[in-house]
Amino acid sequence: MSKGYNFAYLDEQSKRMIRRAVLKAVAVPGYQVPFAGREMPLPYGWGTGGIQVTASIIGRDDVLKVIDQGADDTTNAVSIRKFFARTAGVRTTTRTPEASLIQTRHRIPETQLKAGQIIVFQVPIPEPLRWLEPRETATRRMHALGDYGAMHLKLYEDIARYGRVTTAYDFPTLVNGRYLMSPSPIPRLDNPKLDRSPALQLFGAGREKRIYAVPPHTTVKSLDFEDHPFTTERWAQHCARCGAGDSYLDELVIDDRGTRRFVCSDTDYCDTRLAGTGGAR
Amino acid sequence: MSGPLLEIDGLCKAYNGRPALIDVALDLWPGEVLAIVGESGSGKTTLLRCIDGQVAPERGAIRFDTRAQGMVDLTLLNEARRRRLLGNDLGYVHQNPRDGLRLELSAGANIGEPLLQAGHRHYGRIRATAESWLAKVEIDPGRIDDLPKHFSGGMQQRLQIARNLVTNPRLVLMDEPTGGLDVSVQAKLLDLLRRLAADLDLAIILVTHDLGVARLLADRLMVMQAGRIVESGLTDQVLDDPHQPYTQLLVSSVLQL
Amino acid sequence: MYVAVKGGEAAIDAAHALNASDRRGDPATPELTVDQIERQLGLAVDRVMAEGALYDRRLAALAIKQAAGDLVEAIFLIRAYRTTLPRFGASEPVSTAAMQIARRISAIFKDVPGGQFLGPTFDYTHRLLDFSLEGEGAAPEAPGATTTVGPLIPVTTLLQQDGLIEGERPDDATPVGDITRTPPTYPAERDVRLQALARGDEGFLLGLAYSTQRGYGRNHPFAGEIRHGSVEVEIAPPELGFAITIGEVELTECQMVNQFKGSAEQPPQFTRGYGLAFGRGERKAMAMALVERALRARELDEAVTAPAQDEEFVLSHADNVEASGFVQHLKLPHYVDFQAELDVVRRLRDEIEAKKAAE
Repeated sequence: MSKGYNFAYLDEQSKRMIRRAVLKAVAVPGYQVPFAGREMPLPYGWGTGGIQVTASIIGRDDVLKVIDQGADDTTNAVSIRKFFARTAGVRTTTRTPEASLIQTRHRIPETQLKAGQIIVFQVPIPEPLRWLEPRETATRRMHALGDYGAMHLKLYEDIARYGRVTTAYDFPTLVNGRYLMSPSPIPRLDNPKLDRSPALQLFGAGREKRIYAVPPHTTVKSLDFEDHPFTTERWAQHCARCGAGDSYLDELVIDDRGTRRFVCSDTDYCDTRLAGTGGAR
Repeated sequence: MSGPLLEIDGLCKAYNGRPALIDVALDLWPGEVLAIVGESGSGKTTLLRCIDGQVAPERGAIRFDTRAQGMVDLTLLNEARRRRLLGNDLGYVHQNPRDGLRLELSAGANIGEPLLQAGHRHYGRIRATAESWLAKVEIDPGRIDDLPKHFSGGMQQRLQIARNLVTNPRLVLMDEPTGGLDVSVQAKLLDLLRRLAADLDLAIILVTHDLGVARLLADRLMVMQAGRIVESGLTDQVLDDPHQPYTQLLVSSVLQL
Repeated sequence: MYVAVKGGEAAIDAAHALNASDRRGDPATPELTVDQIERQLGLAVDRVMAEGALYDRRLAALAIKQAAGDLVEAIFLIRAYRTTLPRFGASEPVSTAAMQIARRISAIFKDVPGGQFLGPTFDYTHRLLDFSLEGEGAAPEAPGATTTVGPLIPVTTLLQQDGLIEGERPDDATPVGDITRTPPTYPAERDVRLQALARGDEGFLLGLAYSTQRGYGRNHPFAGEIRHGSVEVEIAPPELGFAITIGEVELTECQMVNQFKGSAEQPPQFTRGYGLAFGRGERKAMAMALVERALRARELDEAVTAPAQDEEFVLSHADNVEASGFVQHLKLPHYVDFQAELDVVRRLRDEIEAKKAAE
């Protein structure tokens, strides 16, 4: 562990401030709580929000898993895991069931999370209405008044123009029947995992300085129409490595002719299936 | 429902010390069309904006018969309560339709938005309702996916009216709805408004400087000058037999063609 | 302690080693010292201090060396370091009126009490590359006696004596906002705006300032006074009950005199725009003053029509640490989201094909 820095880098005052914001967020599911984010040694946009949340709640006995695009060995996941190894000295793992704390970018693990686990999402743009209204003053009012008709307008226009909703990822959700929330840029396949999860789900946006949360067993509904229900991604292929037919697949281009190979994006899920211990869903 | 829909009394509003409304009072009954006429600066638009909650009066009450809680003084409500109690009961048609439409969204989306806000969640039915309203305001339903920024001024105004009426409001406020339109286009629009008002049993408060529009559409007429109501009564009576000198001046200054 | 490691980590370590070796360059070339940077690239040091929001010349010079001259990267290093420093108090407001002046000019009067002091400046140099700098030569001599002067009465104070310019109205009842403690909300007050602009990217503010001069929110500026020099920093510890000087900082201050305004109660007066930067950041201080004045449009009852007047737009995008991070984050893997987009596009195309086939 690095000398000269506090446990997990942040000073205790900052951690306390962030934990207060997290508590507020948990008390009002889906509501974006402003917090005085710090500059971190990693750049804004590269996970500083998630890192600040993790740094504020991690303890010596925690087991940390860090993934990016579902994989433990993508460069930024490696960089963040190293950061916590250096500043907190906690045990790290690639195994989802063994982690007490998971920091993630753009995916939820395929293996269902359990009660007692915490998952921290890295969020680039926390405001789901930003596409409609660039102004913070306007979107704040819309949330306060529960004025979300405009969000369905986007869905309506998509269906009118394309015959289907075209939002591919970061699909807006209604949390606990009250607040409209951006689930972070996870694919639609992962949205149902948010709904009534036994785990605590925390969201950190460092550059935009917002924290929000979905407490365990909270309803999270992706927006749709009665006659155009929410749909998720589907592949014709199975994972070329482990054979899974129900996981999110990465598309790899393996030669100049454009030959494709599809492999599970969740590396731990794939490894586990391959090892024959059977990843529980 | 036996009482008035809207009761205003003692309404006062000033901008930077300059009075815009002085002791304004009126009653409006369900299904009534009331025209407020006067020259620019008379306070008629300010009155409309006070009722709509766009500006706050200094004194006075604006009581509206809400579906949820009966007569409520709107001036005492904050924005959240106002929205909850009024829902879509109160419409506002802007003089410039561009102020009352989302120009970057399709005509169908513009009409559908109040329905979405009211909690409707069936795409097919919302779309069908939008198509039927386009037909009602004499816009080709085939243009449902077109953007209103490509519509003519008259079409935009009719779209704005459809957007306001789709949720069956009890009262619609209209600020010079025919202003800025060609004479022939105006005539068509007035005709449409007259039919809609009759068919839907809709109460309308219509602000206009054009006495001809008032005569065509309104059951009652109120004349405003310098922030005060100087005369009111049945439209034909006021226009044919004005009592107040100012009203006489207004009426006589209209060219008889 | 078990740390999960896979191939990506080795790649990152190698990339960092390559970067460090590139920074050092050819070992035969003498290594750049932090001292050399601090003293001979002083204007770069000034910028890194200003936008890093930390006054320490040596640290800024170190950051520039570590960042191989990339000033925005150096600014990031300084900001990250600043986060780790404990804050033990706030100083008394510094008095720029009491500044020991190295340079002071005013464009609004031919002469002012105390005079115009050009000081060290690139102004009026002919921008011709000086090839004699390629070799090491004799150190250029400073002319005559280079003393500083002061205090000199600010030109804007002179205007204020006649009521010709708006007075500053300090409100001691309201606590000063702190953007490092509270996330910004809009509408923002002047104290928060000034803080955000002071650490804002010089390039961004320069462009916006330029736009105001070309008609995008014109506010008719004159350079009332630009002064650069050192000011004392004082703190008043509660144990002592009085203020003591703990050091000096070099500042550049720009007071713009802008479009006059009058109202029913108030006869016309000139309005103000304010800029302040660490070190010799004159371009920054001037750009900041122009943008600062533009952002006062709302409180001065002016129509907000131009980007430089748009508070939320300017303040949300002025910080280059945030901007650089987010722009460059596009380099991170986004293949999961791209796969989701591919799924949508492929589906739409299939549906169009199917429709065509059916016709």
